[in-house]
Amino acid sequence: MSALLTVEDLRVSFPTRTGVVEAVRGVSFTLGRERLGIVGESGSGKSQTGRAIMGLTPPHAQVTAKRLAFDGIDLLSAPPKLRRDLRGKRIAMILQDPKYSLNPVMSIGKQIVETLWRHEKVGRAEARKRALDMLAAVQIRDPARVFDLYPHEVSGGMGQRAMIAMMLVAGPELLIADEPTSALDVTVQLEVLSILDRLVAERGMGLIFVSHDLRLVSSFCDRVLVMYAGRIVEEIAASDLANARHPYTQGLLNCMPVIGADRHPLPVLDRKPEWAL
Amino acid sequence: MSGTEYLSGRRRARSRKAVAAALQFLVVVATTYIGLLAVTFFIGRVIPIDPVLAVLGDRAPAHVVERTREAMGLNLPLYQQFFIYCRQALSGDFGVSVLTTNAVMTDIRRVFPATIELATLGTLIGALIGVPLGVLAAVKRGSIADQIVRVIGLVGYSVPIFWLALLALLVFYARLKWVAYPGRIDIVYEYTFSPITGFYLVDALWQRQWDVFRDVFRHIILPASLLGYFSLAYISRMTRSFMLNELQQEYIVAARAKGLSEARIIWGHALRNAAVPLVTVIALSYAGLLEGSVLTETVFSWPGLGLYITNSLQNADMNAVLGGTIVIGSVFIGINLLSDLLYRTLDPRTRAR
Repeated sequence: MSALLTVEDLRVSFPTRTGVVEAVRGVSFTLGRERLGIVGESGSGKSQTGRAIMGLTPPHAQVTAKRLAFDGIDLLSAPPKLRRDLRGKRIAMILQDPKYSLNPVMSIGKQIVETLWRHEKVGRAEARKRALDMLAAVQIRDPARVFDLYPHEVSGGMGQRAMIAMMLVAGPELLIADEPTSALDVTVQLEVLSILDRLVAERGMGLIFVSHDLRLVSSFCDRVLVMYAGRIVEEIAASDLANARHPYTQGLLNCMPVIGADRHPLPVLDRKPEWAL
Repeated sequence: MSGTEYLSGRRRARSRKAVAAALQFLVVVATTYIGLLAVTFFIGRVIPIDPVLAVLGDRAPAHVVERTREAMGLNLPLYQQFFIYCRQALSGDFGVSVLTTNAVMTDIRRVFPATIELATLGTLIGALIGVPLGVLAAVKRGSIADQIVRVIGLVGYSVPIFWLALLALLVFYARLKWVAYPGRIDIVYEYTFSPITGFYLVDALWQRQWDVFRDVFRHIILPASLLGYFSLAYISRMTRSFMLNELQQEYIVAARAKGLSEARIIWGHALRNAAVPLVTVIALSYAGLLEGSVLTETVFSWPGLGLYITNSLQNADMNAVLGGTIVIGSVFIGINLLSDLLYRTLDPRTRAR
């Protein structure tokens, strides 16, 4: 499997008044055209890892890495113009909550077409057709109607499908999904996931699935990285999750409820300072 | 059920709601207007100025005073007076100005265009410079540019306009001779130029009188720039804070993830959202200028509404003052309606669904 993305010793830090906060502290992994899950609690650096790959860390953040390469392109030394060209075209990202991540004053169709126009020279009719096809591909039943709707006029699940359509319309090879279902209802979560699953498989994309939901990630991904305090504490095949060695992963697994079993009291997650070293 | 049926049903529901919204709109306007008329009527009856005395002077014989009082309807019960007052106001009849002996409406028709022209140009200058400055300050937050915009705004807030106006006259008229002296138009053109609408810039353009246009422009540019500067101070400040708010939103991150350029993100996405509250800010600042900026009009001898009302006030010319107040109030209502409409076009969330 050829490496689509190589990350070696990625560090993201934020200088603040009280000193430097290190959000990501030496993360390394390689990714082919596969599904990689990154799990961890809030503040473990999983989202910042994804944003650093996209080049969307806030301007005052410092990003360093021994190597951060996408398809042979060194991202950290790439000029801003090249990185912009990559974003949306070859690397795309899905954000958490469609309520906030879609522009409220722009119709859904226009937002999808905008991605297309940024990266390809296509005519008006052609762009519209491709956006409609994309909406159909995310299983929106009446694409022509949804095309003209505004984000506040659609449900959360529909909004997230529109978001997926907007990000995939230019045909990226790598998709970073940052908690794509956390803001949705549980029933809608599964629908959106199955759409994402099918599209990733059909198009042979690489996927980085960032989530705090270990069970979701393990059922959806091939490989799982468990992050804690800015580091990867364990890398494990999703099928092998039951044999996790690291006590933090075991702790996370331990917290999951089991149907039919009395889990009272639920175990409290154990955090040892030496894991963060 | 076919798709078209469904759509047409939706459209019908939409148009019904639009009619309901328009009706609601009308009711709001009507009540505001009645309120405005009631307040001006009340003021006119409460203040210790006898309208009969103002018309006849204090030497008129008693029977003439009595007859005039009756002729003016001042002996009728108050509710009837209010009714007559409303009818007259709605037909544009505010009585005769004691000071100029013209009908108040004629006077206002003469002076209001001067104020509108000045206020419009001032607001244009303020918005066209203030909005980009505010955007710049928000995008380069904390930088030197931000500081400079802050200082410009601070000066605009704190320096009295008449002082700055005098200073500007001293520099740009007396010293540099870049602009013309106070007034609307040069005395040479005053009798040769016959305006149609009362907006001299428009009239001069319309009649292709380029020398007149140039002269009028030289007269208006300094007061308009000053008013523009003061509205700029306010507009740039508000733009900055609206933009900062929008730039923090998640849809900005999404726009970056699509690979859009910074310019497109700032002007096409963030400002497009910030424009929604900005419309109200600019409309209010415009309405404020339309009231007639008395100080500016005084310093620049600008024959506008502010000057007219002030003069009328000083001469106890009640009809003129109340007439002017009603006109200003109507303009306020009108501008509010307009900004409401703009709000609706800019923000799909506020449209009647």
